[in-house]
Amino acid sequence: MNDILQGLAEAARLTVTLDATLVDITLRSLQVSLTATVIAAAIGLPFGALLAINRFPRRRLVIAILNALMGLPPVVVGLLVYIMLSRAGPLGVLGLLFTPTAMIIAQVIIITPLIASIAHQAMRDLWADYHDLLISLHTTKRQRIRALLWDGRRALLTAALAGFGRAIGEVGAIMIVGGNIDNVTRVLTTAIALETGKGDFGLALALGFVLIALAILVNLVMHVLSRTERDSRW
Amino acid sequence: MVTPILPLKLDAVEVTRRGKRLLGPISLTLQGDGLTILMGPNGSGKTTLLRSMHGLERISAGRVTWQCDAVAARPHQSFVFQTPTMMRRSVLDSIAYPLRLIGRGKAEARKAAAGWAERVGLSAVMERPAHVLSGGEKQKLALARALIRDPQILFLDEPCANLDGHAIREIEAILHDIRAAGTRIVMSTHDIGQARRLADDVLFLYRGQKHETAPRDNFFNAPETDEVRAFLKGDLVV
Ligand SMILES: Nc1ncnc2c1ncn2[C@@H]1O[C@H](COP(=O)(O)OP(=O)(O)OP(=O)(O)O)[C@@H](O)[C@H]1O
Ligand SMILES: [Mg+2]
Repeated sequence: MNDILQGLAEAARLTVTLDATLVDITLRSLQVSLTATVIAAAIGLPFGALLAINRFPRRRLVIAILNALMGLPPVVVGLLVYIMLSRAGPLGVLGLLFTPTAMIIAQVIIITPLIASIAHQAMRDLWADYHDLLISLHTTKRQRIRALLWDGRRALLTAALAGFGRAIGEVGAIMIVGGNIDNVTRVLTTAIALETGKGDFGLALALGFVLIALAILVNLVMHVLSRTERDSRW
Repeated sequence: MVTPILPLKLDAVEVTRRGKRLLGPISLTLQGDGLTILMGPNGSGKTTLLRSMHGLERISAGRVTWQCDAVAARPHQSFVFQTPTMMRRSVLDSIAYPLRLIGRGKAEARKAAAGWAERVGLSAVMERPAHVLSGGEKQKLALARALIRDPQILFLDEPCANLDGHAIREIEAILHDIRAAGTRIVMSTHDIGQARRLADDVLFLYRGQKHETAPRDNFFNAPETDEVRAFLKGDLVV
């Protein structure tokens, strides 16, 4: 109990003084997860929209696979990326293992299905709403996609934020492929795991606060976005 | 001069869903001008017929042909849906949207849209999100949006269903004007008074069939079938 109280005090001190290690780890976390989110959104959002508008053979199968991929255990993704990137693996020559790039790759794999799936649902509902009107107005396919993406932009942003939220809090995969190397691949979640193991609750708790604050921030923004979405729907 | 897309011909058109025939076989010709009212009980196929003419409904048998190529005819038709779709845009941008689609500049499209908003009585709410409009205002928006491309034929599916008496008269005046300006109108309504005021001729649908068609005066003063007589009296027709 005493440990924890001391930890809390230490955490407060680290946070208030903007401790260099704390800031460094936080920035790296943000860099990795934001990059992963941007890449995953660039893939997942248009893919979700296309999936909503296009009718093609095996569309249902693709959607089912997408939904299944959402549930991929991050540890398994980490393992697979590790195997691919390890020196003996097919992509070993790139020398990416234990770099932030490897962590980004793993996170992209984890959150792209999530972003695509949320985007698909939002675009599907919007398309059901707009379908008759846009067909009646004699729109081209390109005009339809543009109308959906633009009018559904808040929902798409929500999808991206959900992806970011999952990425920033994820630990299993990046621990495996990043290796939690000090000053190189150590991020919020992996540092918390390490410091907790060492019994250094001060830093662990401070890192935890930052992580929680980020999670709350993301959820607040998502909440505001989805509420404006519902209230005025534009 | 724009190529005329009318007359429109339906040749033994049928719509079947899940093994059930919802419409037809119906054959009819719509000439270049006038206002045709579709009447009939709920579920008699009015919406299905309008959508089939406009090319929104998958037709199971028969043919719909325009004077010109079907694809070339598309931009010259407009449709006002029974429940109008509101895009997540302002009223003004919603009305302007059909012009933007055909490549008009933003300023030009908005200017035309403002004119139409004024004409249907929406100028006070132009900057609001379309979605917050009342049911009647949405109907007016849908009408303005349908008219902004100056269609040769306008399909209306119960456009006045949510309007108050005053608004109905305003809309009827607009329909009267655009009809006089040469726009062909096909419109469904349950409002017998409105049908009397607007129709040149009436098509009465019954169980998906063209049950009776007649010029307005004949239809209302000398109906030929028992079903139409009962319908006009307000009796239940099923
Ligand atoms: N996709 C569909 N599958 C099965 N039945 C359908 C489908 N679409 C329409 N129907 C049925 O077709 C019939 C005709 O519908 P329609 O909407 O054309 O009637 P309506 O004359 O416009 O009625 P209302 O006055 O209530 O608007 C109805 O019985 C309806 O339930
Ligand atoms: Mg109907």
